[in-house]
Amino acid sequence: MSFKTALCAASALALTAGVAAAQTTVTIATVNNGDMIRMQGLTDDFTSKHPDIELEWVTLEENILRQRVTQDIAANGGQFDVLTIGMYETPIWAKNGWLVPLDDMGDDYDAEDILPAMRAGLSHDGQLYAAPFYGESSMVMYRTDLMEAAGMEMPEAPTWEEIRAAAEAMTDKENEVYGICLRGKAGWGENMAFITTVANSFGARWFNENWEAQLDSPEWAEAVSFYNDLLENYGPPGASTNGFNENLALFQQGKCGMWIDATVAASFVTNPNDSTVADSVGFALAPNKDGVEKRANWLWAWALAVPAGSDATDAAKTFIEWATSKEYLALVAENEGWANVPPGSRTSLYENPEYQKVAFADMTLQSINAADPSDPTVGDVPYVGIQYVAIPEWAGIGTAAGQEFSAMVAGQQSPEEALSKAQALVTDEMEAAGY
Amino acid sequence: MARAVTTRRKTINSLAAWTVGLLIFFPILWTILTSFKTEATAIADPPVFLFFDWTLENYSVVQERSDYMRFLWNSIIIAGGSTLLGILIAVPAAWSMAFVPSRRTKDILLWMLSTKMLPAVGVLYPIYLLFIQLGLLDTRIGLTIVLMLINLPIIVWMLYTYFREIPGEILEAARMDGAGLREEILFVLTPMAIPGIASTVLLNIILAWNEAFWTLNLTAAKAAPLTAFIASYSSPEGLFYAKLSAASTMAIAPILILGWFSQKQLVRGLTFGAVK
Amino acid sequence: MATQHARSAARLMMAPAVILLLGWMLVPLTMTLYFSFKRYLPLRGGDLGWVGFENYARFVTSSSFWPAVQATLIIVGGVLLVTVVFGVLIALLLDQPIWGQGVVRILVIAPFFVMPTVSALVWKNMFMDPVNGLFAHLWKFFGAEPVSWLSEAPLFSIVLIVGWQWLPFATLILLTAIQSLDSEQLEAAEMDGAPALSRFFYIILPHLSRAITVVVLIQTIFLLSIFAEIFVTTQGSFGTRTLTYLIYQRVLESQNVGLGSAGGIYAVILANIVALFLMRIVGKNLDA
Repeated sequence: MSFKTALCAASALALTAGVAAAQTTVTIATVNNGDMIRMQGLTDDFTSKHPDIELEWVTLEENILRQRVTQDIAANGGQFDVLTIGMYETPIWAKNGWLVPLDDMGDDYDAEDILPAMRAGLSHDGQLYAAPFYGESSMVMYRTDLMEAAGMEMPEAPTWEEIRAAAEAMTDKENEVYGICLRGKAGWGENMAFITTVANSFGARWFNENWEAQLDSPEWAEAVSFYNDLLENYGPPGASTNGFNENLALFQQGKCGMWIDATVAASFVTNPNDSTVADSVGFALAPNKDGVEKRANWLWAWALAVPAGSDATDAAKTFIEWATSKEYLALVAENEGWANVPPGSRTSLYENPEYQKVAFADMTLQSINAADPSDPTVGDVPYVGIQYVAIPEWAGIGTAAGQEFSAMVAGQQSPEEALSKAQALVTDEMEAAGY
Repeated sequence: MARAVTTRRKTINSLAAWTVGLLIFFPILWTILTSFKTEATAIADPPVFLFFDWTLENYSVVQERSDYMRFLWNSIIIAGGSTLLGILIAVPAAWSMAFVPSRRTKDILLWMLSTKMLPAVGVLYPIYLLFIQLGLLDTRIGLTIVLMLINLPIIVWMLYTYFREIPGEILEAARMDGAGLREEILFVLTPMAIPGIASTVLLNIILAWNEAFWTLNLTAAKAAPLTAFIASYSSPEGLFYAKLSAASTMAIAPILILGWFSQKQLVRGLTFGAVK
Repeated sequence: MATQHARSAARLMMAPAVILLLGWMLVPLTMTLYFSFKRYLPLRGGDLGWVGFENYARFVTSSSFWPAVQATLIIVGGVLLVTVVFGVLIALLLDQPIWGQGVVRILVIAPFFVMPTVSALVWKNMFMDPVNGLFAHLWKFFGAEPVSWLSEAPLFSIVLIVGWQWLPFATLILLTAIQSLDSEQLEAAEMDGAPALSRFFYIILPHLSRAITVVVLIQTIFLLSIFAEIFVTTQGSFGTRTLTYLIYQRVLESQNVGLGSAGGIYAVILANIVALFLMRIVGKNLDA
């Protein structure tokens, strides 16, 4: 069989497949986080309402998902009809004309209800391009029982120094209790998201107004060595390979005294089915260095968008409408309880008296409201984004720099070395990109 | 006396060999065992080996989350299809190289093998673009063709080494008896080549089944094989060892069973016919 | 002697395989070559014009280039060493008369059937995890501090994982070779009072040289392009970024297709140097 016949056969097959399918198939690329897995489990509700639409799920680990989705949209591969993307990608891709605007959602969709911070982050030129499935900021989650045993109390808005003291008091390595768990796994959406917020809260910034990298500043040095000291002295072993999910597992097993991470984690660590410490978790605002006006809160949304190359745009929008609607929230509440509803997307959720009873609802909203992507740092910056820099080069820069900081946490290099390497490679990449 | 020594030596050797064998096999055994534990037992300290409450829950959770059968079916089609296609193309080539060698035969063989060294990442982007143009992205046909092409040099090489072992006199005898080229291939060569072809097929099914670069990068949903199935479990969501183990067991079981049953042919195939 | 007719028939039969492989090699390679001279950034609108050799210069002068070459060589060399040394030892052991030889052989070859993504996941999580991994439990049992394998001994860990996968292959080839060894020769040497060690070095090892060559050749082909094991475990952190992985990051993470393509061309050149070197050895062996 020659290549040509094979190709003919391929196209013939594709043709018959197209004719045979009476239904529209929507291929959804999503991340394997808990809320998405839950959504996948509730597929039946959608298909019973829309029998003409068939859903195909591609669930991938976060880093893999990002690469696959970026590759697909940049090369116009058209493999997916619904993409799970974040606040970083949405404005950049929208600007390139790669996303379908979500302006014609159904009447009862109530786009005005979406939290203003999320709306702003997922729009380009005032037009919404991705609908938030859930939104998050970051906050401190801590073990109330361990704090009590140490005779300490967590302020509602702690400083980094107070966090350090608490971590020291709670650390009990004999019994595998580590004062603080933080992200160390390399990746722009993993350790760099966290480290960047730490830097912000120490008064540092990635670039100055002329797009010159600032990692050689004293603020960065202070922030990074503080982060490194925390993990070295009070962190779990192997912190350099821990990302969100690894830390979640550790916290659920009762091995972390504190964990500063995404607000969505609150529902997982307080869920008695999965968490051994569900009854004794407290929440506080993300810390800052005493006297610095910015806190280490980030702002992120996992959102659903339709790529411009999709051949099932309408069906894809129908799905997004379902997955990000108020009804979906109610559906999850009915099945799993209000605490497990995907948080941070809609104002009405936080006005719901049922939801207000949930322990972490208030702190989540406070954290989200404390974050402002358009003014992330103490000094002026030419970019948007708190825990990321909204330029196409960021994914490359962030991941490469992330690997240097990860090696630092692993003890392979000092904070100074990591920073000077990161400064060099960021400068390189920015030059290559023509800044 | 002599016999006692032999028995003693055999015992010691057996003991050593079994220890080594079990040590090498242990990671797989541990994975299979863990797949029957609850998540809490899976991380118990000290680890539990055999005495725990066996459960099938993980398998049902994994099946519920991802449609195992579809991934399995894709794997079977892609691995089987690419091997079949590869054999169809490679048999004539290997036959002519083995029986009608020319000055350039060896160069061609080595050149073919050298295409195997082409780093896949170096050509990923072009292939991706070509696939989009040809509409082959996320199709089983596209993946079958790619896997066939990356394994073709190995198939040709293996078949060549097998065919070369078939004594030329037999062919000459057949020709004397008036057999044409077609009869020669059909009735003389084929029966003698069957074991070699079988080994080649087996090895290539395994290589294609386990291929994890192209299968991950060129598929999304429709054509995704088991390598993609496992990729959705590649980071923990809370406690996950038992679920990961169940998914892993499901991904490797078919090929493990196939491999064990066809051990003899495989040993032959694994040596690529290069070592007698 | 083959007739003219047979020759043309032979050429015809070889044609599909040769043409397909030629196409498979040339078409993407030409495209990669083309991209490598371009500033090609899909996220910034794609093709931004010709830049000559800028990408090539940038790729080799980047601070991650030489460490990547080094990591590649360490991993390939390490795995070859581990598989050949242990392969010979295990093959010698399995060649002895033992009870249940068939079963032991099944146990030993099993890792070869495990797909790389699965084995990397299983090793990373269930064995090497510094908190819940089996090694950590073992270390604690002996009162030692658990090791965070993938960050404290990253190259060693990768070599261990990949070596485990390829050990069966080496063992089987070497075992087949040992079994073909003339046992009379060995027995004669034993009678003459040659100690086991010199029997090994003067009789067994020379006999195995061809098999070892095959192991080295075939494994090198596969090892130069290992990807899944790194992708799943460290994603290139801690000095495990091989050349393959560096190119992957340039193309897919930074979405700098021009730069990545230049890297791809370097990798092709490197692979061909290795290939040439190996082919020489194997070419000789094919005649033998």
